[in-house]
Amino acid sequence: MTATLIALAIVAFIALILGAGLGYASIRFKVQSDPLVEQIDSILPQTQCGQCGYPGCRPYAEAIANGDEINKCPPGGESTIKNLAELMGVEVKPLDGAHGVEAIKKVAFIREDECIGCTKCIQACPVDAIVGAAKQMHTVIIDECTGCDLCVDPCPVDCIDMIPLHESTSNWKWDFSQTQVGDIPVRQSL
Amino acid sequence: MKGFASFDTVLERLSVGRLWDFPGGVHPAQEKSLSNKEVIKNLPLPEYVYVPIKQHIGVDSELLVTLGDKVLKGQALTASENPYAVPVHASSSGLVTAIGEHPAAHPSGLPEMTVTITLDGKDDAIATQGISQYKEASKHDIISAICNAGISGLGGAGFPTHIKSNTIKPVEFLIINGIECEPYISADDRLMREHAWQIRQGIDILHHLIKPKRVIIAIEDNKPEALETMSIACQQQSEYHVVSVPTKYPAGGERQLIQVLTSREVPSDGLPIDIGCVMYNVGTCFAVADAIIEGKALTQRVVTVTGKAIDKPQNVWAKIGTPVSHLLENSAFDVNKQAYPRIIMGGPMMGFTLASAKIPIVKITNCILAPAAKELPSVEDERGCIRCSACADACPVSLLPQQLFWYSKAKDYDVAQEYDLFDCIECGACAYVCPSEIPLVHYYRQAKGDIRAQLHEKEQAEKARIRFEARQQRLESEKQAREEKHRLAAQARTEALNSNGGGAKDKIAAALARAKAKKSAQLQPSEDSEDSVNDGASVNANKEKLSPSETASATKAESKND
Repeated sequence: MTATLIALAIVAFIALILGAGLGYASIRFKVQSDPLVEQIDSILPQTQCGQCGYPGCRPYAEAIANGDEINKCPPGGESTIKNLAELMGVEVKPLDGAHGVEAIKKVAFIREDECIGCTKCIQACPVDAIVGAAKQMHTVIIDECTGCDLCVDPCPVDCIDMIPLHESTSNWKWDFSQTQVGDIPVRQSL
Repeated sequence: MKGFASFDTVLERLSVGRLWDFPGGVHPAQEKSLSNKEVIKNLPLPEYVYVPIKQHIGVDSELLVTLGDKVLKGQALTASENPYAVPVHASSSGLVTAIGEHPAAHPSGLPEMTVTITLDGKDDAIATQGISQYKEASKHDIISAICNAGISGLGGAGFPTHIKSNTIKPVEFLIINGIECEPYISADDRLMREHAWQIRQGIDILHHLIKPKRVIIAIEDNKPEALETMSIACQQQSEYHVVSVPTKYPAGGERQLIQVLTSREVPSDGLPIDIGCVMYNVGTCFAVADAIIEGKALTQRVVTVTGKAIDKPQNVWAKIGTPVSHLLENSAFDVNKQAYPRIIMGGPMMGFTLASAKIPIVKITNCILAPAAKELPSVEDERGCIRCSACADACPVSLLPQQLFWYSKAKDYDVAQEYDLFDCIECGACAYVCPSEIPLVHYYRQAKGDIRAQLHEKEQAEKARIRFEARQQRLESEKQAREEKHRLAAQARTEALNSNGGGAKDKIAAALARAKAKKSAQLQPSEDSEDSVNDGASVNANKEKLSPSETASATKAESKND
């Protein structure tokens, strides 16, 4: 009888210590925000375009963490879906056409002589990539533009175009399918 | 990693001519005798020169000239405060007739910002002043003179020379690269044979700047004449060692040459300076001497025009910006000898096929190669890898080319990077020996390009995220500020209402009472008429006339009065 009691007491004591330890750890090492959301957010392309139906990439990341579909991001396209599927441990799905199609990256361009300086696009831009002031011409900072399209609709004079990024020698990728195959290097003559 | 040979060991072995070796390497047919027999020629001036405004690794500069400006040879076309910018200069006198895009000396052939100068044929040079007594000048003056002369490495990478020379770390070996290991090219060979003295002057200047313990001038043993002239030019300097290096491709690679001379390996993420070495090409030394002693900017360089479709293969002094077509015309290029039009800029191992003959010569162009029909082996379709590992034996960096090939082809870039894809120097030795004709370097270049693009996208996404969050925060705080303002205003109004001792309240009450009285006065007569007419239909009509809003406002006034 006493042996049982001692055993119980020991088990209870251990449980108490472990419980206290866990309780302390949960406070001491508290994770401020959900790391899963962070991870998902880092995979999303940060276009902030809202095509997924959420107001930005982070809200969509939160939605995915809560079980939403992973195929609602057209700017990210196939590679983003693949990475998300890997992270979430789900099947890769084709992009949901209802949210748009994967297109080449474009940036906004304001035809400056037509701009009336209404600031509407500035208010619409999710990443502050448009500079200008009331009744002054506006312009887009190309390097900051995510190509989200959100500035196009608010423009009352329709002076914003979405144009594909200019390919230059600095962003050109050695394209195997387009270079003259075999030009370089020479081969050992056998 | 092999032992790190000490300074004394290196000196000892240099003195007896026992060098080290680098792994792998290949021995392609040299073909240098096509072009290395004749002296470097001066060509007639071209009609136009196309000077790209950026010809080095680093940042862009700003244009100094506008359309219609008259420029002289050696006049700077660009300038910048940024230390990583190198100016470019007009390579002859004439008028600036276009500033805009022109096909670049780049494998893509995409256009780049270029200044087009229509030459007047006079070749008038701008007045220059050198620093002949450079030993008395300050280091800063010499370095800025090198920068202002627009010198970036002429060996191939185009690294700004003034940055390399402005080192504060101790340097044991200043290495002058006269290897020129790629087949066909003989530009450095001819330069050393004909201008050894000026190269030596350039080395003296760099020696004065960097203060190395020793200078090693490395020349491949297939250039005995250059070896001899350089030895004669340097014989008075006891600290200079002219060394003959066994011919093997790619011995002229910076890291490979350091390994051959000192047995030291440059760390993968490091620079030669980390192991006490600095390397310059002989052409760069020549240009440095021009810049310091005569104050002349870099406006021309030696270019080998060769290949069996060229009837008069030769080395020429080409003005920077000269279109390739001008060089070909003056070297009796016979297009009929080619199976299809094909001009290669650079050597056969690392060069690239030009998209257009209007592409200009730039500071790093050392060779224009026009191969005849059967000169370079014909292109065959790539076959499957048979795992023969000949590529691994040939790789000068001891990588595993076939593994890199698998992972690059499968776009498994993480693993490719684990196999040190970015240590590949793209020398082409692996593709050269591949029995299955696999263009291995193509796959590596593509993989590297994709990885760089992915990294760039990642950076852009991160930037966008930060800006988005900053904006959200700003909007939130603006909203809070607005609400706070409204709350304070409302509070002020209530306070004003109460502080007036109910006076304002009375006024409102009085106004409402007046309104009510007016309303009832309006309603009264109509009720009277209803009674008098006593017609059911008209009563209904009248009730409808009394619009709902009026009824509502009337009731509102009543309730407020209560």
